[in-house]
Parts: sequence; structure tokens; C-alpha cells
Amino acid sequence: MLTLLLALPFAAALIIALARGAPRRTIAWLAAAAPLLGLAVLAWATPAVMAGQVLSSSAPWIPQAGLLLTLRLDGLAWMFAGLVLGIGALVVMYARYYLSEKDSSPRFFGYLLLFMGAMLGVVLAGNLLLMVVFWELTSISSFLLIGFWTHRQDARQGARMALTITGLGGLALLGGVLLIGRVVGSYELDVVLASGDAIRASAEYPAILALVLAGVFTKSAQFPLHFWLPQAMAAPTPVSAYLHSATMVKAGVFLLARLHPALAGTDLYFYVVASVGAITLLVGAWYAIFQHDLKGLLAYSTISHLGLITLLFGLSTPMAVVAGVFHILNHATFKASLFMSAGIIDHECGTRDMRRLGNLRRYLPWTSALAIVASLAMAGIPLLNGFLSKEMFFAEALDAGERNGFRHAITVAALLYGVFGVAYSLRFVHDTFFGQGPRALPVEPHEPPVWMRVPVAVLVFACLAVGILPALTVEPILRAAVVGTLGPNAPDFSLAVWHGWNLPLAMSIAGVLGGLAFYFLLRRLFTLHDAMLRTWGRHLFQVNLEALFNAAGRFTERVAAGGIRRSLFWMIVLVVLVGAVPFLGKDAELLTGLPDPQPMPLLGWILWAILVISAIATVVWHGKRLTALIVIGATGLMVSVTFALLSAPDLALTQLMVEMVTIALMMMALNYLPKQSKQARTPFRRWRDVAISTVAGLGCAGLAYAMLVRPASPVSGEMLARALPEAYGANVVNVILVDFRGFDTFGEITVFAVAALVVHAMLRFARLKPDEVIPGPPASLPIPADLTQLLFPLALTVSIYLFLRGHNAPGGGFIAGLAIAVPVLIKYVLQGARAVEATLGFDYIRGIALGLVIAAIGGLGSLAFGLPFLTSGHVDLDLPLIGHLPLASALVFDTGVYVVVFAGALLILSTMGTVKRRRLEAEGKA
Amino acid sequence: MEFAIASGVGVLVAGGVYLLLRARTFDVILGLTLLSYATNLLIFSSGRAVVGKPPVLREGLQPTLAHYADPLPQALVLTAIVIAFAMTAVTVVVAMRNHADLHSDHVDGHEPGPPGATHGGDPQA
Repeated sequence: MLTLLLALPFAAALIIALARGAPRRTIAWLAAAAPLLGLAVLAWATPAVMAGQVLSSSAPWIPQAGLLLTLRLDGLAWMFAGLVLGIGALVVMYARYYLSEKDSSPRFFGYLLLFMGAMLGVVLAGNLLLMVVFWELTSISSFLLIGFWTHRQDARQGARMALTITGLGGLALLGGVLLIGRVVGSYELDVVLASGDAIRASAEYPAILALVLAGVFTKSAQFPLHFWLPQAMAAPTPVSAYLHSATMVKAGVFLLARLHPALAGTDLYFYVVASVGAITLLVGAWYAIFQHDLKGLLAYSTISHLGLITLLFGLSTPMAVVAGVFHILNHATFKASLFMSAGIIDHECGTRDMRRLGNLRRYLPWTSALAIVASLAMAGIPLLNGFLSKEMFFAEALDAGERNGFRHAITVAALLYGVFGVAYSLRFVHDTFFGQGPRALPVEPHEPPVWMRVPVAVLVFACLAVGILPALTVEPILRAAVVGTLGPNAPDFSLAVWHGWNLPLAMSIAGVLGGLAFYFLLRRLFTLHDAMLRTWGRHLFQVNLEALFNAAGRFTERVAAGGIRRSLFWMIVLVVLVGAVPFLGKDAELLTGLPDPQPMPLLGWILWAILVISAIATVVWHGKRLTALIVIGATGLMVSVTFALLSAPDLALTQLMVEMVTIALMMMALNYLPKQSKQARTPFRRWRDVAISTVAGLGCAGLAYAMLVRPASPVSGEMLARALPEAYGANVVNVILVDFRGFDTFGEITVFAVAALVVHAMLRFARLKPDEVIPGPPASLPIPADLTQLLFPLALTVSIYLFLRGHNAPGGGFIAGLAIAVPVLIKYVLQGARAVEATLGFDYIRGIALGLVIAAIGGLGSLAFGLPFLTSGHVDLDLPLIGHLPLASALVFDTGVYVVVFAGALLILSTMGTVKRRRLEAEGKA
Repeated sequence: MEFAIASGVGVLVAGGVYLLLRARTFDVILGLTLLSYATNLLIFSSGRAVVGKPPVLREGLQPTLAHYADPLPQALVLTAIVIAFAMTAVTVVVAMRNHADLHSDHVDGHEPGPPGATHGGDPQA
């Protein structure tokens, strides 16, 4: 049932995303269905929750990491889920009329439902890691919502800032949660809440607290990280009403309540949380007075109220927690209705600037009445819900315990808060609905559609009901929530409007009178409309961000800009330096105490001499490109012979084939590149590069030598032993390729295929100009052409032979694929592309796909026998004529390799070789 | 023998790195080719220098490392050679397009200007 509750918004978001062509009405109804159905589910769970039960369900997700899909519904989660769904439903209704025709309503409601689901996930999660996942999801979905009007720069900036701050906070929270998990040994909420003593006693406690609080304070916009919240006011108003009253910013204080049994109760917690809360409370309230934007005022007021809630949780006494939870509820109701009213005013007047508004009660009587009642609740006037929690706060602040000095400070803060709260509420009411105005409005304001007012009315009615009859309306809910928060330590309390004449009431009265006096004094002393308060947080954020970008830019400019050459240079220098460390280190014994090398046959020395000379010659003659190419071919040939000499026949064959096609490829490329390299006349650079490359060469030689003379202890003995009995092949190298590491090979032929397609794609529509054209028709070479005709079937036979025997003798798919590519290439050269393609009729791109499919089938075949991917089976065939033929099922896979290599190599070569022709043809057609 | 292999690797690396630091695309491609020879030899030599014992099982010989060369580095290098060919092809094609579209075979895509000139400009523009 809980899973259903959580899945509803996500499912609805998905449906809306799929049905985005539907009429706006249908979309809105779809969006409203999720919270309404969710409320029904919640109502079903209510009796059990009220009876003190904790509903839960659990399923494994990544149990190895302690991440379980545990959902848990206790009183606190129930209250929050009610807030999220209830206000969510009202916001959907409101947004239906708020969004203009130009705004994409499926996108808006999709994001909104995504956010709703994430928020539900946070409150329902019974596993801390799961909660962090949803916590991050709220950051991301709120980013999408705040930046909904993507064409507006302030929306984009606000969204980015919110994501940066809350995202970093989420990262800190993850760290804190991981530490908690290490201390407790589990991420399950039940376990964590029961081991508060262990957490508080552990050495990691300060770190845990710092990290978790970083998450809480960023999310709940606590000083000094509060500045993202006013910037987020660039969001559409329904988003502000939802995110910044009832949900997103409440996630932080929700976490404070949730983890209260696990973290609270130490001096550290008390001082940090209470003082941050108190500072936020005052800073928010002070700035709220001087805002001109309706939503700006509400945003700072929200910061202030969040500070109040944080402060209450910081005080940590059971009654303070009751007051904190109560205020969460109250603030959500009156602030959501105020945001919606501000949205209506914006919608009807075209501005939210209080300097241009005024006297709106004449134009919008209903809206004005509702907004005025809600602001009175915000100010904490009796008979409204804000009054009750404010009284409780005052009582807690006055309840001087052992920390006397701090308590006095809190009391003063509470009184100041009372004064400022009344002052900004008054500013909101007085500047908007009374006085003179409105001034220079683009439109004549009138009442909005009735359904836009209904959500506001519902919320204001709730404020009144709670304020007048608290014991009947909110007390059971609050009781359940407090039991859910504090467990067995929950205090007994009763809510009443009238507590008799006492100190908190006196403070309230003083606050109201002080607020009235303060507001009118401010108006009298100077024109409030000219006041401009700049906040530093946002400015610092921008400055730091800019500095970061500049630093990154300068670094890039220094290292990478100015071209590939410079960055390549720095990369090589860095690699050489890092590589030099083991040689230079103090305890490096890389080149000392080595065993004696093996003797070398004369043939070996001849090979060595050719290799070294041709490599050096390549470097020396690199300016004359054709010469360099021929010389480098000699180097490759020597490498191939080295392989043959050192017991690697497969490698020797592969290297030989690859050498041929590579040289052919580069020769074709030279057709389109200059034949000579321009030599820069910079001896300094040349000698510098000689020095670097000498060091690199010496290093690699040293490394190779040190490795070669040491005795080896490889793992491959196992492979030798298992090759025949398990993979039915005697050529162990091939067995490794197609069986032991077959999956790896599958990846490699895919890379090969992709590279071939890249070559094709790059050259297909290229307009290349040959560097030099030999005049006249192509010279015909009759004798070599005839020879090719003769040789080709022979080469084909050799290739198939190499392929078939590959599993048991040198050969296999790679080698055979290249072995057939080379004669086809010769055919291309001698007979021309047209003739070859006419006789072969082979589409190389399809060939590549075919090869990959064959390889996949070869691997998947074993699944039919209930064996894992790429497991080998084998049959011995006695065929007429061919004779005894042992076949392993890996042959199918190898066939795939064969086809991919052949088709890929020929796609590359034929594309390179036929560029000019296709270009001319295209021109001919044009 | 080990000395010969090691010094061969060293010469190939030195030549490869030097060519990699040149300014022309084709030289860099030649450098990459030399470097890939060197890398392949280096990885291959991690199986040590063994003469005359190819890892192809024969009747009557115990399948142990005493009788056969280490097959694993060989298998690794075999695919590396083929992939190196594919990568060379891609770099060659990029170099061709670079030359055709930007009218320069300099690795930075434009001829080096006088000191202080702006980078990244199209010489045609």
C-alpha cells in the first residue's frame, strides 16, 4: 500500500509525459488524480497511524550496500505526507488557472508530480540511503521547476543557484548518512533511531552532525546559506507556493525532526542548531520588512519561519519539538495561501512590486480578505493558527533551564521576532490592500476565476479552524506526529486558545504593539519605498562562481588552449615525470640486483639492428613522407619477426597482415596530404623534444629490461591447463580470445566496427582534393591483374584454412579476416573499385552488422543450454573429403570476429581508396 | 636477449614520442604507429622472452608454463594490434579531413601565426 502511495505521483508524471498532446483540462485532472488518490490511501492508513502503529514495507534494492526499499509510515511521516499531498492537490488546482496558454502544461505538471513523488519518498523512506536518493531527486526536480520559464535569465540563474547549494548540501548529507551507517551498522531508520546513544557517544559524532546539518541548513535555507531561496522566487508562483511553503524547504526541518532521537540532546547540537535558527529567524524577518516584491517579502518571511522551526528543534525540549512540528503545519497553511494570493495579484495586476500596488481591496475584495486573514496568521494574531505556535515558542524561550545566558538571548530574539513579524505582515497588508494606488498598472485588476481563489480559501479556512478550535482539529494530528518524532518520550500536551494571563501572552501583546509602532515609525522616519537592502550571500556566491570559472578558464588557456600540440606536450611531460618517480625514488630497486639475461642468437642481433636502424631512419626522414612510410614498414616487419622468434606465431601473423593494410592505408592517405612535411626552423624546440623523447625512451627501456629479467609468476598456467578440457582448443591464444576472454573480444570487435563506420562517415560526404593527379588514364597492369585473378581463390582458401584451424593451431578469426582483406585490397588496386564491387557484390556495412550478430548469437547460444554467455561446447565431425574436424561452439563466435574484421578492414580501405571517384561522380550528376 | 628487446622498445618509444611532438598530422600518425609497436612489444614482453615454445598444445607435453610461453599477453597484444589499425585509420581520416577542410595539415588546424596572434581562427576567414 505504501509502495502504491509512493508510486502514484511518478506514475502520473509518466502518464502525463506520454499523453502530452491531451487538452490542458485532461492534463490537469490527471495531475490532480495523483494527490487525490494518494490522500485516499493515506486516509485508509489513518486509523492505524492514529493508534500509534508504524506501517512499513521493505524490499531489497542493493542489500550488499545496506540500501533497501524500506517505506515507513508513522505519525510524522503521515502528517508530512498529508501536507505534501493536500497542498499538492490545491496547487495543481491553482496552477490549472495560473499557467498561461504559452506555458507547456504537461511539462509543468510532469515536473510538479516528479517533485511530489520525490518529496513523498523523503518523508516515507525508512532507509537513510533511500532517503538521500529522494532528497537528491527533490533538488533536481526543484531545479526543473524553478527554471521552468527557461527563457528568463533570472529563472535560470535562480534554478542553478538552488541546485548548487542544495545539491552540495545533499552531498554532505550523504556523507553524514554513510558515517551514521558506519557507527550503527545499518541504514534502517528503526535501527538508527534506536541507537541515538551510540551515535552521540561515537568519535564521529561531530562529523556526522556537521554533515547532516549542512544538508538540513542548505535545504531549509538557514543563514548564511539562505540566499538561494529569494532567488528561487523567479519560479512560477504555484511552484513557490508548493516548494517554499509546504515541501522542499520543509525537507530540511523534517530531517531535523526525523533524526531528533538519533542526534539531538548534546550541547553541541543545542548551541549550533539553536543559534543558527535564531540568527536566521532575525535576519529573515529584518530583510522581509524591506522587500518591495511581494514574493520577496514572503521568501524572507519563509526563511525567518524556517529559522524559528530550526531554533525550536535546537532547544530540544519535548515541548519545543511539539511547537516545532506544530509550526511546520501552521506555516505551510498560511504561507501557501499567501504565495497563492501573491500569485493572483501578480496575475491580475501584472506586477508584484508593492511600490506600485495599493488599495487593492477595492478591486479584489475576496482575494484581499483571504490574504489579510492569512497575513494575520503569519503575524501571529489570536484566533489564527500562527498565534498558537508562536505562544508555544515564547513559552519555550522563556523556560530558562540550565543554560541561562543563552536562554536570555533567545528570549530577546523571540521578542524581536514578534516585532519584525508583525511589521512585515503589516507592510504586506498595508502596502498592497490599503493606502493609495495602484499606480501605473498595465491592466485594470479584477477578481480572478473562482477556482483560483478556492485553494486559498481552503487554506485560510484551515488557519481559522486551527486557530479557533485547536483541540478539535489539529490536536490528534499533532499528537500522532509528535509520537512519531519522539517515540516514547513524547510529552502530554493540550492545545487551547486561552491559557490565562501569562508571560507569553504579554510578549505577544508587546510584539503586536511593538510591530505596529515600528512599522509606522519606519514609514514616518524615511520612505520605505526607497530602501534598498543588498544581501551579501548572493553577491558572494556570484563572485566566487565567477572566480571559479575564471580560474578554470585561465588553467585551460595555459595548458590546453593554443592547440592540441601544447596540450600533447604537457601530457607527455607529465607522463614522463610520473614515470620517472620509481627510477628516482630512494628505495627504488628497479634496476639493481637483477638476474643475468639470456644469451642472444646472431639472427636476433641482426633483427635488432634492422629494427633500431629503421626506427631511427623513420624519425630522421619523417619530412619525406613516402620514404618514412617505407622505412616504418620495415620496422613493423621486424616487430612481426620478433614475435615469431619469441614463440608467438599468432601475433607474428596478425602483425604481418596489419602491417600490409596499415601501409596501404597511409599511402592512400598521402594522396590527399602534402608529400613533404614543412620543417619548422626552431632548433630550440627540436632539441627540447629530443631530450624529452630520449628520457621517455630510456625510461621505457629500463622498465622493459627490469621486467624481462625478473622471474614471472603469471596466472596463465591455469589457462594452459584448462584450454583443452574446457574450451576444446589447443591454440591457447585463440582459446583466450574466443572463450576465456570472449566478452572482451566481443567489445573489441565492436570498437573495430565503430572505427570502420567512423572512417566511412567521415569520408562519405567529404570533399577532398587529391594533392597531385597523374595526367592521363590509369595505367593498366595486365600481368599483375591476371595474377591477382589467379591468386585470389588461393588466398581465399588460405584464409578459410587459417580460420578453421584457428582454435587448434595459429590462425583464427582476426588473422583470417585480415588474410582475406589483403588480396581483396590488391584486387581493388589492380582492377579498380567498380570491377571488384561488381564481382563481389558485398555491402561492407551490412557485413559488419552481420558479423556482430553472428558473434552475439555464438555467445547467446550457450544460454539455450542453461549455461552463461559464451560458454563453449564442442563436437567432433568426420566429414567426407575434409576428414576429421573437431569443432568447438566458439567457432560460431570466431566466425563473427572473422566477418567483422574482414568487412571492417575493407570498409576502411575501400572508402579511403574511392573518395575521388565518388566525388567526381557526384559532380557529374550535379 | 633481454637487453635487445628492452633497447628496441626504448628506441621505438623515443622515436614515437619525438614524432608525436611534431606539428604535422602525418608525422604525429607515424609517431603513433611507432608508439603502438613499442607498447605492443612492452606488453608482450611481460610474458618474458621465451624461444621456441609457442602456446599451442601438443600431444605428450604437460600443459604448464614450463613447456609453453605465456599465452595471456599474446592474446592481449593480438587484439591490440587489430585495434591499433582501426585507430590509425580513424586518425588518418581525421587528418585528411583536417587538411581538406582547414587547408592545413598542422595538428592545431591552422598554420602557426606570429606570436600574439589569436588562436583557433580559420585562415580563410
